[in-house]
Amino acid sequence: MAKRVGMEVSIAAAEAVKQANVDVISAYPITPQTHIVEHLSEIVANGEMDAEFFCVESEHSAMSICIGSEATGARSFTCTSAQGLALMAEMTYIASGLRLPILMIVANRTLSAPLSIWNDHSDAMMIRDCGWVQYFVENGQEVYDHVFISYRLGEDRNVLFPVIINMDGFVLSHVIEPIELIEQEKIDQFLPPYQPLYQLHPDQPITMGAFALPAIFAETKKAQEMALRASMGKILEVWKAFGDMTGRYYQPVETYRAEDAETLLLTMGSIGETASVAVDQMREEGRSVGLVKIRLWRPFPFEALKQATLHAKNLVVIDRAVSVGGPGGPVASEVKAAIYGEPIRPSVYNFAAGISGRDVTPFDFIKMVDKAEIEIEEGNKEGFEIYGVRE
Amino acid sequence: MIENLNVFAVRTLTQKEYFAPGHRSCQGCAEALAVRLVCKALGRNIIIASATGCMEIVSSPFPFTSWKVPWFHCAFENTAAVASGIEVGLKVLMRKGRIPQKKIVTVGLAGDGGTADIGLQALSGALERGHDFIYVCTDNEAYMNTGIQRSSSTPFGASTTTSPAGKTKMGQITWKKNMAAIAAAHNIPYVATACPSYPMDLIQKVKKAADIKGAAYIHILSVCPTGWRSAPDLSIKLGRLAVETGTFPLYEVEHGKYHLNIDFPKLKPIKEYIKLQGRFRHLTEEMIEEIQTRITHDYEQLKERDKRGF
Ligand SMILES: Cc1ncc(C[n+]2csc(CCOP(=O)(O)OP(=O)(O)O)c2C)c(N)n1
Ligand code: SF4
Ligand SMILES: [Mg+2]
Repeated sequence: MAKRVGMEVSIAAAEAVKQANVDVISAYPITPQTHIVEHLSEIVANGEMDAEFFCVESEHSAMSICIGSEATGARSFTCTSAQGLALMAEMTYIASGLRLPILMIVANRTLSAPLSIWNDHSDAMMIRDCGWVQYFVENGQEVYDHVFISYRLGEDRNVLFPVIINMDGFVLSHVIEPIELIEQEKIDQFLPPYQPLYQLHPDQPITMGAFALPAIFAETKKAQEMALRASMGKILEVWKAFGDMTGRYYQPVETYRAEDAETLLLTMGSIGETASVAVDQMREEGRSVGLVKIRLWRPFPFEALKQATLHAKNLVVIDRAVSVGGPGGPVASEVKAAIYGEPIRPSVYNFAAGISGRDVTPFDFIKMVDKAEIEIEEGNKEGFEIYGVRE
Repeated sequence: MIENLNVFAVRTLTQKEYFAPGHRSCQGCAEALAVRLVCKALGRNIIIASATGCMEIVSSPFPFTSWKVPWFHCAFENTAAVASGIEVGLKVLMRKGRIPQKKIVTVGLAGDGGTADIGLQALSGALERGHDFIYVCTDNEAYMNTGIQRSSSTPFGASTTTSPAGKTKMGQITWKKNMAAIAAAHNIPYVATACPSYPMDLIQKVKKAADIKGAAYIHILSVCPTGWRSAPDLSIKLGRLAVETGTFPLYEVEHGKYHLNIDFPKLKPIKEYIKLQGRFRHLTEEMIEEIQTRITHDYEQLKERDKRGF
């Protein structure tokens, strides 16, 4: 039987990396990701895991080492946050362009300036288009589970993409949660050793990373774009297989009391749990409110999103980042784009909330729903505001 | 000693090419020659991680490749980190029995810009961690791939597109960064300087670096006729003059011990070297004198180290 153990989510993440038999770990410390690296160093130092661990001199190098080791066929892992992610941004595009199925956990944190270590999604949004499969998980169990899911998916020869698991810094990374640990035999069955399609080795010399002239570049980009879109089938398949093994079934978009709701809240990441509490409260008051949560950010789940939202009158999208000088929050922009062509669709009111660790309580969600319903009623159908700013 | 041993010895080298002909470098490119010799020295059981730069661009326009050995390029500033990753990847896969045990030499290959400037941090990290690999810097003394811009390895006085000789400035105003000394300061087992004008010396050093356990750094002066504004048929001669004038001495640092490979009782005046290069055309007599003084001083210092051993 699987054990349920109370543990810090970062520790659970590190334990999952151990159970996934990762070959190479390379990382650089940054709050709030540090506990993962620290725990992994401990695990390796104690001989509990046969891996090469390198605490390197920068995140740029951490990702570069993973790129090098993954290219030899070694299962590779790194994790970071905010500034670290910014520093490795260049390499994230290269990892996906070279189709190297590295796994990275991002403990989401605000990008400076002003410097802040607290949680929002500005870091993840900076590299939105880097071509990785990108999950946003809601709780510790999902982080743990998605380590296995990600490697199984990324390493599939029909996929071959690196994967990011976004988990909220502090509110997830530093909390203690009950985690159901999976038996090693089950994991070994679910996730066999990596069998690379191509690997750097003198027995079969290959050139990896040639440059492309304009005459060929667009074709390579199209191939990448098609492959990432096409990975949706595999994503669903791997989630199904995982569910069959553990009883925990995941979906790209999840709904909560949403079927008949007139107004829908839409969240991504750990605030979904708080939002569901707010939904319960509003339902008790007889209001027709439900919740939609995006778990899969790339490839973007267009169909699932439409299915979950088109019937509603109002869609209140909660972003955790701002596209400064742009159309509002990045999630709302994508949601709007996804439903734009539909003859019947909800009005999308957009809040950026919980910017850099500002608390978002159930009460705040209720206030945002109130505000959005009034604004939409009054004709401001596509508004955007940063929520909770002191005047 | 047999006279002109080097001339005959080259004929004993393998005929095999791992850096294939047909690449797109300029005529007289000694950087391409350096890479070719490095590959000859190492044979086929290697993996090369290359930086963005001339050697990458001339050799890998998709779908063509000049590389008969596994070759990997991903960016400009992280060659040493990528090579580190390759080295640890091979190590762990062999340990776990997923690939057969055998000696595979990991090589990082980058220009002076990719080494002394933007890649210095990644290089320092890799040397400090002590990965078992060879890092080769092919130094043509500027960013040639992007159009002859200065680097910290560009010599004093040289005119480049970002250190042009103008009315108030006479080309590069800083002195060449001493990369070999910086590498040696990491206490790695082996550091050497080399030049393709001395092919046997270069090959021996590369072979030695491959045999040594731990990190090895080889700094290769690579004449670039396009950037140096020199005649393409003078590249070998210019490399020789760089050594004979003391501008680029050939030496090794083995476990901290300095050893000057070729010592000249009397150096040729640097003017002989400088006058063949258009990048120095604007230099005044005083500036040449200033360079001569500095070169002589640095060479004397190196001789001291050679004598002392450290
Ligand atoms: C991060 C980054 N900055 C700048 C560049 C542009 N760039 C490509 S190669 C190069 C210069 C290469 O110079 P060097 O390393 O000396 O090699 P060479 O071409 O001279 O052999 C520059 C500036 C880049 N590719 N990446
Ligand atoms: S510019 Fe210089 S280094 Fe680059 S290919 Fe031409 S000669 Fe060689
Ligand atoms: Mg150069």
